[in-house]
Amino acid sequence: MSTLTNNEAFVADTAVDAARPRRRRRLDGGNGGINWWLTALIAVCSLTVLIPLYFTVVTALKTPDQLGGTGFELPTSIRWENFADAYQLTNFPRALLNTALITVGAVVLTLATNSLVAYAIARNMHKKFFKGLYFYFLAAIFVPFPIIMLPVVKETALLGIDTPVGLILLYTVYGLSFNIFIFVAYINSIPIELEEAARMDGASTWGVFRKVIFPLLAPMNATVGILTCVWAWNDFLLPLVVLSDPSAQTLPLAQFIFQGQFNTNYTVAFASYLMALAPLLVVYMIAQKWVVSGVMRGSVK
Amino acid sequence: MTTTADRATTPVGTTPPPTTPPRAKSRFSRTPRTFYWMVVPALVIFFGLHTVPVISGMFFSLTNYAGYGTWDLVGLSNYVNLFQDSRVLSSYAFTFGFAIVSTILVNVIALAIALGLNARIKFKTAFRGVFFIPYILAILIIGYVFNYLFANSFPAIFTSLGFDGLSGNILADPNFAWIGIVIVTVWQAAAFNVILYLAGLQTIPGELYEAAGIDGASSWRQFRSITFPLIGAYFTINMVLSFKSFLQVFDQIVALTNGGPGTSTESIAMVIYRGGFQGGEYGYQMANAVVYLIVIILVSFIQLRFLQRREASI
Repeated sequence: MSTLTNNEAFVADTAVDAARPRRRRRLDGGNGGINWWLTALIAVCSLTVLIPLYFTVVTALKTPDQLGGTGFELPTSIRWENFADAYQLTNFPRALLNTALITVGAVVLTLATNSLVAYAIARNMHKKFFKGLYFYFLAAIFVPFPIIMLPVVKETALLGIDTPVGLILLYTVYGLSFNIFIFVAYINSIPIELEEAARMDGASTWGVFRKVIFPLLAPMNATVGILTCVWAWNDFLLPLVVLSDPSAQTLPLAQFIFQGQFNTNYTVAFASYLMALAPLLVVYMIAQKWVVSGVMRGSVK
Repeated sequence: MTTTADRATTPVGTTPPPTTPPRAKSRFSRTPRTFYWMVVPALVIFFGLHTVPVISGMFFSLTNYAGYGTWDLVGLSNYVNLFQDSRVLSSYAFTFGFAIVSTILVNVIALAIALGLNARIKFKTAFRGVFFIPYILAILIIGYVFNYLFANSFPAIFTSLGFDGLSGNILADPNFAWIGIVIVTVWQAAAFNVILYLAGLQTIPGELYEAAGIDGASSWRQFRSITFPLIGAYFTINMVLSFKSFLQVFDQIVALTNGGPGTSTESIAMVIYRGGFQGGEYGYQMANAVVYLIVIILVSFIQLRFLQRREASI
């Protein structure tokens, strides 16, 4: 929040630095003309991100009697049992497995199907049917979830897909609009000559997609995969309304359901939050550069 | 959305230009059926799981269906009642106020941070990685963490600093609870927007700033005349998409206030959820959802119209 007050000065300040061409920066060896004031300012801003995370970790490690005060103090003695308690209370392994299965399923199915649909649309945009289809799918971006929420619960219950499998299907379908949008833009930039060469060698349309197009889509697949993964892993509302079997609950859903049972037992609650946040956080820390550049790629059209 | 959609459909160099459809047609005439096989199953499933719920919802908005049992057609009476329902009206007021404030704050803060990250600073990649962290965290759980911070830690800090006016739990105050929700929302949503703006900033050639520098343009002037117009498309998309997603706010409110105190922070999505699932107001809340759909479409188009005038391209 601190950026807000000195925002204008900040913007003006940074524009000066943006003024120098990037090429020269590289020739300087990346070290000349570093703006240390700005670096310090950015570092201070980054604390707004890190402090709540620090708070979550220290609270999860404390004994209940250490709570009090501001809560930012380091724990004097560590209570590892918080994690064991939370593990049992929320049935953590079950929720983790459910979330992982739903996420992996949604990512795999999304990548396999959405890219295929986008390919067919992109290569036939001159035909009325495909163009109409493209805008039909895109229009869904403007449809808010709450209007679908009540009827889709009835429908999934009726079809017997109020299960993790149904959720995988729903993520694949509801992600289609946006994914087609970025896939089509990318496929349009792939030279059609590559496909023609494969066709000359006798490849079918399926073969062309599988052997030529899909591998070339790798960067966009990474982008779509990351976005779908984060969405399916953290989503709360869709599992809340769709899943009918309590044993199918996902990690965020487990946190919601067990709020009452944490009671005022905040240290166990925080241990539970930390365990729910940790898996994706760890993956992110390992693949940080890849994730960020993947998301950036998706936004440059 | 229209410009970017147009851009996406415009053939990029290698795709057949629209003036030569016969050539393009002959190219695919051997296997047109395969292309239909690729899209028709998706079309059927999409229609079944997306369009059918929307249509059935619109139909039930004309009934008195409770979510179970029998129902009768009641015409537009649900819609008439909506505009006299103070709980629904206050949820629209809250949701719009929240979404406007959050959209502006998120975009201003994210753009400022992106400019900083694009400048000549040390540890660029590391900072970029840190600012992106909130995006990968579940906002529901973040909400629970902040709930504790607002209730216990912040009051303790403000009290020890001597600001007695801020010593209460902001979430327990009907007039200010929304600020707590905005803070958590901005904390999380800024992460993604920083990355989008950063991607936009990196498309601007440095030569433009060099030329402007030679002409003696001040840095603020350079931002106003070069940077901002050239990331205009990003600004438009970010404003429209973040406003749209904030209008659907749900998770963080569940974690922070659960709509309270009273119903002061109940969002539209929350009213639809509660009324539809727990209140036996299926038909009535579907009418609410239809109005909400129309409002979102109208707002998105007005925003696009208004914002696209400002865009420029190289």
